Formats: sequence, C-alpha cells, structure tokens
Amino acid sequence: MTTSTRRAVLRGTALGSLALAAALAGCSKKDEASSTESAAASAPAASAAAVPASAASGPLKVAFVYIGPVGDHGWSFAHDNGRKALEKELGAQVQTTPVEKVPESADAERVFRDMASQGNTLIFGTSFGYMEPMLKAAADNKGVHFEHATGYKTADNLRTYDSRTYEGAYMAGVVAGGMTKSNVIGVVGSVPIPEVIRNIDSFTLGAQSVNPKVKTRVVWVNEWFNPPKETEGAQSLIDGGADVLLQNTDSSAVLQTAEKNGKYAFGWDSDMAAIGPKAHLASAVINWGPYYIKAAKDAIAGTWTTGKTWWGVKEGAIDLTSISDKVPADLKAKVDKVKAGLKDGSFSIWKGPIKDNTGKEVLKDGQVADDAFLGGIKFFVAGVDAPVPGAK
Amino acid sequence: MDAYALLLAATLNAGTVLAIAGLGLLVNERAGVVNLGAEGMMLVAAIAGFATAVHTGSDWLAFGAGAAAGALMAAAFGVLVIWLNTNQYASGLALSLFGNGFSAFVGIGYVQEHLAPRPRFSVPWLGDLPFVGPALFRQHPMVYLAVVLAVALTWFLYRSRAGLVLRAVGESPESAQALGYPVRRIRLLAVVCGGALCGVAGAYLSVIYTPLWVEDMVSGKGWIALALTTFATWRPLRVLLGAYLFGGVTMLQFHLQAQGVAISSQLLSMLPYLATIAVLVLISRNPAWIRANMPASLGKPFFPGN
Amino acid sequence: MLRLEARPAPSRAASLLSPLLALAVTVVIGIALFALLGKDPARGLAMFFVEPFRGAYAVSELFVKATPLMLIGLGLAVCYRANVWNIGAEGQFLLGAIAATWVALQATPGTGHWIVVPILLAGIAGGMAWAAIVAFLRDRANASEILVSLMLVYVSVQLLNWLVYGAWKDPEGYNFPQTITFLEPTRIPRLFAGLRLNIGLPIALLAVGAFWLYLFRAFGGFRMQVGGLAAAAARYAGFSSRRALWTALLISGGMSGLAGALEVAGPVGQLTPYVPAGYGFAAIIVAFVGRLHPVGILFSSLLMSLFYLGGEYAQSRLGLPKSITGVFQGVLLFCLLASDTLIHYRVRWQPAHPQHAAAGKDA
Repeated sequence: MTTSTRRAVLRGTALGSLALAAALAGCSKKDEASSTESAAASAPAASAAAVPASAASGPLKVAFVYIGPVGDHGWSFAHDNGRKALEKELGAQVQTTPVEKVPESADAERVFRDMASQGNTLIFGTSFGYMEPMLKAAADNKGVHFEHATGYKTADNLRTYDSRTYEGAYMAGVVAGGMTKSNVIGVVGSVPIPEVIRNIDSFTLGAQSVNPKVKTRVVWVNEWFNPPKETEGAQSLIDGGADVLLQNTDSSAVLQTAEKNGKYAFGWDSDMAAIGPKAHLASAVINWGPYYIKAAKDAIAGTWTTGKTWWGVKEGAIDLTSISDKVPADLKAKVDKVKAGLKDGSFSIWKGPIKDNTGKEVLKDGQVADDAFLGGIKFFVAGVDAPVPGAK
Repeated sequence: MDAYALLLAATLNAGTVLAIAGLGLLVNERAGVVNLGAEGMMLVAAIAGFATAVHTGSDWLAFGAGAAAGALMAAAFGVLVIWLNTNQYASGLALSLFGNGFSAFVGIGYVQEHLAPRPRFSVPWLGDLPFVGPALFRQHPMVYLAVVLAVALTWFLYRSRAGLVLRAVGESPESAQALGYPVRRIRLLAVVCGGALCGVAGAYLSVIYTPLWVEDMVSGKGWIALALTTFATWRPLRVLLGAYLFGGVTMLQFHLQAQGVAISSQLLSMLPYLATIAVLVLISRNPAWIRANMPASLGKPFFPGN
Repeated sequence: MLRLEARPAPSRAASLLSPLLALAVTVVIGIALFALLGKDPARGLAMFFVEPFRGAYAVSELFVKATPLMLIGLGLAVCYRANVWNIGAEGQFLLGAIAATWVALQATPGTGHWIVVPILLAGIAGGMAWAAIVAFLRDRANASEILVSLMLVYVSVQLLNWLVYGAWKDPEGYNFPQTITFLEPTRIPRLFAGLRLNIGLPIALLAVGAFWLYLFRAFGGFRMQVGGLAAAAARYAGFSSRRALWTALLISGGMSGLAGALEVAGPVGQLTPYVPAGYGFAAIIVAFVGRLHPVGILFSSLLMSLFYLGGEYAQSRLGLPKSITGVFQGVLLFCLLASDTLIHYRVRWQPAHPQHAAAGKDA
C-alpha cells in the first residue's frame, strides 16, 4: 500500500468510526423520540373518541410546507397569508412553523416526516406534487393530521382541500369580456393540469357571458413560476392581438408586461393592484385563512375527520378584489351579481349547454356539472383557440 | 404583418441579454480564460442591479451596480485562476454555484419589491416608420448599445494594438510574455471586463426585461451565453447574430403557441440547444478551422517564469 | 508581502489537510453568517453537524442523499482524471431515470422482483448512451465535451417533460405530468424497514472499492488516465487517447445513469418533472472536494449531503433561508480550490525588494 492510500484508509476509518459513534448516540435518542411519538400517537386517537378540550397540553403545533418562496406574491404567499390569519385568530392556541421552497421530489418526504417528528400534529402540504410523499409520511405517523392542497388521494389521517379558483377566473372573464376591444383575450398558462384548464375555460365562459364574440388564446410556460418565461409568453400573446391577459402562473411578470405594453391584466393568487396601476383590472385572490382556521379548530376540538373540501366564493376562499375604476359601473354590477349568485348558490358557472372547442357537447341544456366532472376537465370550451396539450 | 414586426422586436429584446453576456465572455475567452461562472455572475449582478434600482430609482445606476458586481466576482475568480493557477473549469463552476446561493440569500428581502413602470422608448422619426419602426426602433437603449458593443469589439480586436495584444495572450501567452507583456495582468483585465459585461446583462434582465427579482431568474441564460462564444467562433458580430437567433427561437415557440399551432412546446424548447450542438460540430470538425478560430491557450493554465 | 514559492514536489500533507482547511474556513464564514442573521452560531452549526445524526431515520437520510452523489462523483472522477470534462452528468442521470422508467412501466403486478436488475441495467445503459453522444461528437468532430454535455442536459430535461406530459402520463392522474406510481415488484429493495436506505448504498460502497482498484491498481485505469492526460506520450506508449475518451465517458455516463435509476425506482417511485434535482452538478463539487479519489469521494458526498440536510433543518428549526446551503457549497469549493494551491506552492513572507521588479517579468 502506498503512503497516500494508507493515510486515506486511516483517515477514512477515523472519520467512519466518528460517524458510527454519532449514529449510535443518535440511535439512543431515537428510542426516546419514538416513545414520545407513540405516546402522542395514542393520545389523539383517544381524544378523537373522547372529544376533550385540547389534545395536547400545549398549543397546537401546525406546520406549513410551501413549494415556493413566501415572497413570490403568488401561490405560496397566499398560503402564508392564510397561516398568518390563523395565528391572528387563534393566538396562543397554535404555534406555526412554515417551511418554504421544498421541492416536489424525494426530499419532500423527509421534510414531512421531520415536521411530524418535531411534534407538529397538523401539517399542510400546499402543492400537488406532495401527494405521494405525504401519503407515505401519513402511513407512518397515524397520530398526525395531514392536509393536502389540490390533491385527490386521501387516507384516514390525510384529507384534501382546494379553492374554487375557477370562480375567480369566471368573474375575471366577465370583466375581460367587457373591457376587451380586440375581442381577443389571452391566458399565460402554467402547467396543463385540469385546474388550469378549468380556469381557462371559466375565464372564457365569463367573457362570453357579456361578449359572445370573444376568443381566448393560450400559451404554456410549463412551469408554475418563471418570470422571464412568463414575460415572453405574455409578450407573444399581446403581439398576437390579445389586449386583456389572465395568468395561472405565480409571479407578477404578466401584469408587468401588460403594463409595459399598455394592455390590461389581472392579479392572480394575491392582490397585485400596486404592481401595475395602469394595467390592473382586478385581482383573483385566494384566501386560505378561513379554511386554515377551521382545520385548526377541528384538530384542537378533536373533530378532525378525513374527506375532501373544495371551498369557493361562498365560504370566502376566493374573491375578485380591487376592481379598478377603469371598469365601468354596469360591468362591475354584473360581477357583483355573479358574486352574489355564487354566494347564495343560485348561480352555477358550469351549467349546460356547453360545447368543447371541437364542437362536442359536454354539458346538456340545464345540466349542472358536479365536482367529479369539474375535477376531471380535460377539454377547452368553444371559443378557446388552442389545443389542449397532451390530450388523448 | 404587424405580428411579425412585433416578433422581431421581441427577438431583439430577448437576444440582448445573451448578446451582452456573450460578448463579455468572448473578451475573457480571447485572453485564454474560460469562465464557467457566467450564470452566477449574472445572478449576483441581477440582484445588485435590482436592489439599486429599488433604492435609487435610477436604471443607469442599476446597470453600474450590476457591472460592479460582475467585475468583483470575476476578479475573485481571476485571482484564483490566474495567480493561483486553480483549475479553470472547477473554479468557474464554484463561482456559478456560489453566485446562485448568494444571490438567492441576499435577494430574500427583495422578492416583494417592484419598480416604477418601465419607460417606453422610441427612436424619433425612425420609430414611426411602418413595419421597421415597431420592429427595430422602439427598443430600450441597451438593445442598441449591444449592437454598438459588438461593432466596437470587432474594431478593438482586429484593428487596435490593445486588441492584438489580447489575442496574442490568448493564442500564446508564452510568446507574449517573451515579448515583454504582463500576461497575467492582461488576462485579469480581460476577465474583469468580461465579468462587468455579464453583470450588465444580468442587471438588464432584472431591471428592464422582467422588472422583478426572483431566485434563479437567469434560468440558464448564462450557460447559453457560454455556448454562444463557441457557436460564434469567437467573433463579436457572430455572437450578436447567435444571440438573436437563440432569442428568436425562444420567442418563436411562444408565438406559435399563441397562434394555436399544435407543436409540442417541449420539442420546440430543445431547438436552441440542439442548434448549438449542431454548430459546434460543424465548426469543430475541421481541425484547421478550430485552430484558426479558437484561442489556442483557452482553458490552459499559464505559468510565468518557465 | 506574501509570496508564493513553488514547491519542489507536491506536498502530501497539504493534499490531505487542504479539504479540512477549506471546511474550517467555510465553518468560520458560516458562523459569521449566522451571527449576521441574528441567529445563535452554535445552534446554526448544530443544525449542520449534529441534527443530521440525530436518530436512525436522520442518519439513513444522510446516506440516501449521499448515494447518488457518490455514484455520480465516482464516475466524474474517472472522467476528470482522464482530462475529459463531462459537465453533463445531470443529463446522463435523467436518461438513466428515463430508461429505468421504461423498464419499470413494463411490469405487471405479477412480475417477480428480478425486474429490479433490468431496471438498474437499463439505467446504466441510458446514461451510457447519452454520454456516448458526447464521446462520439468529441471523437469524430472535436466538439468540446463541456459544451455538448451541457447542452444535452437541457435537451434531456425537455425530453423528460415531453414524456411525462405526453406519452407516459398516468391516464388516471387527472392530467398531472407524472407517470403511474411504479408497481411493487419494481421498487428497489430496502435495507431496513421504515427507513429509505436501499441497496443503492451497498452498491455505491462496492463501487468505491471497485473504482479504487481500477484507478490505482488496474492497468486499464492507468492506460486510460495517461491516454487522457498526455495524448502524445500515450501514443508513444501505444495507449489510445481515443479509447481513453470513450472509456471515461461511458463509465461516467453509466454511473450517472445508475444513480438516476436508483433514484426513480427508489425513493421517488415514479417519473416526474422534479426528478432533475441538481445531483449531476453537485457531484462535480463532490468529485473535486474528494480530490478525485474514490475514498475521498465517499466522504465528500457525505459532507455534501450534510450540507443539504443541514440547510433543511436550519430552515425548519431556526427559520434560516434555504439558500444558505448554496452559499456554503460554493464557499466550500472556492476555499478548497484556494487551499489546494498550498499543495504546489509555499507561502513565504518576503519584504518587497525594489530590484526584483525586473523588466519583462510580470509580477
């Protein structure tokens, strides 16, 4: 053996035994941790049956896992606002821990398990891609309540929740249909999943309700968040004739591009009025606060059960806010009418007859779409001048 | 017709970032140094420029800040690579990774910020011409500066004494040193200038192109700029052309989508990269061509006093 | 002023101390950073050096994260020792994942566990094929392997997206871009129940040994390194630098592809657009910090993994920003490159001598 290899092996053994020692030391700690965990695991199970005032002796520890940075003014920002609303409402009863920029990869599972092992008994995963990691973490942490946003798989201790963003898109469409002069409106799409396709469709339906001649064009950025690409996409829509833009992406780049070009656009996920004063027509704002408060109260009271929740304008989860003064009063009145109709349940956006853009009828006259139908929308309605990517 | 004019305008805009960065990298590659840290430099410059614009409201100060940031990082890289003779590729990568993390770190407080609405530019009289007006003459001054820069660099490299010395250092640093030129200082100067230009490109991205700061907003443009120098066989005007080509392919992809054309966006997105490989292959195939075009000492460490 | 004086021979001691020195400097910078951010530096350091060892699950995660870095790093070490600058390991990783997915998708619920072997072999083949493109273009057209391999990374990402958004999309998946969750028989066998540690780790450890033998004991390894480093000398000795090129790239591509297959059929269990996690680029640092030596890479991959996990814990426990990990990784590599100069140079303190400013010799 040469000197360098011998030294390498010696160094290796030294460091290796150090690591082993640390691991063994850690293992003994793990036994403590796992015994506390199993104690905690049985406590909520008991409390679920007995309904005591609070499951634990201290505040409810709640964890929030975000896909993006909290300051993105978009999706994660809205969730964090919901978390802050929860803190404001329940004060000392809860202790929240946000974790941001957790990728939807193998790392996510570790983060969820870590959150559970840190004593959090209510964990929110705010992106679709966390579904499988959450399921795995939930299977091994029966005493923890997991909540998955925008997903579709549930378990005994994992339920899903979502916001009816399509209602916001519809109301924006009403404004867009009235404000467009070229009769071409555009959408900068993120990822061609049903939620986004549904939003594009609802936007179009809303516009058509005040302006049947309107046409919608779509470009796909294929990412949730990429401001330079969103800028380029918005620019090409404008160059193609669109004068009102909607986005399903998470930054304010589209609004800024509209501002630069003297066109109109909407804020998405959060209120973006200040970002593009001339271009901003309204913002479709998601409000996660009411749901987070309800979920935390469920957990504290021990009434938490699995299921699927989909809240809209009625429950205060989505709204079209900061409608600009540029929007004429009669158009605003139409939006208010829709809002009122959604609130008391008298108005349905997805009510037939509705045809897709190949001419096929998807909803018969008078037929109202149920949540199952809405959840699986893979078609574009008539008036959308674009093919659905990857549709079979 | 109008749509094509606008597509051309968008192409010029999209290509400017690549052009300026590519020209900067060309300068240091001509001196024989490969700086793989372009992406990191552009990111740090982007946040530096954005932060400056937020605090001072001046775009031009922002460009200055971006240039300074790029120059500083390049200087650190230059000392490592030129005086300590560390491996150029590894050092450049380290710069990229560091720049990525550092810019994200420093930029945390700026993600919520936004700038005043960007002014619109139009060259008087020329901007009102039909077709060419909206296509060519309604751009931000930086777009025209990029063209001027390319022309100026061509003159500098091929018509000025300083440019000749730079090229000599890149072709054969040993000969240049024998002739009495301070090879290491020249290389450092080239690297710092290259870094400054990459910095200007980064600042342009965050202050003009997409007036926002987000982590990783350069999203690969630095690497494309690196490819550009080879794609353009180290000639400034070709760098400009290549930059517009790349910008054009990107915009074309969105343009086609906006027209409702059903081409897979992913396959379209591959085009710029496949095009670079194709050009690389074409120019590299002939060893004489490569010898005639590529600075001979590119990537190799230089040890004075041999 | 300080002067650098060339050593007569590279210093062995410096060669071993340099990574430790770099780590020390990084830690010092880390302490300063924590203090600047208003966090207790001791707690901050604990996040990176204590938390990841707390508990069997944490330790197993450390190894789970280190495994792909180790595998790819070993392959890259071979490449770099042959002077072939493969920057596209990320792309080869993805092609390995894609190839492995193709095999995994052929499985039915009744398939036996033997399918894991073809999955891993497919991963190796996929990575090799992607690297072969780079080798071919360098061999036949002299195209720079740096740029070609890098461009191919972007192409591979688009290819991955095209597959998961289109042909391989799970029909029951609500149009989300992902394949089906791989069936049970295709999953990489785990070592312990409840932990994510799988056979990837023993494979990686065996690879460390195998690569050590190849690089330092096998004639083939010697031939490859000479062939890459000194083409003229190699020719004189009858070694083919062409063969060295192909060997280096195929080995490195195969290792990256293997890592990709293990990742996609292991912890993730399906092909998604998020499989590109940057391991291909992080492994470059791993290879360098490990001095391109298999045993060194074993430890540098653990160190890198430590940084990743530490950054996560720092974020969730202390509220530190996630980008701190990137800062540390970059600083570590920088410091390492700087402290490596001590291997070849001595630092001497010398008062400035006016007569040393000779004309023609630059400072």
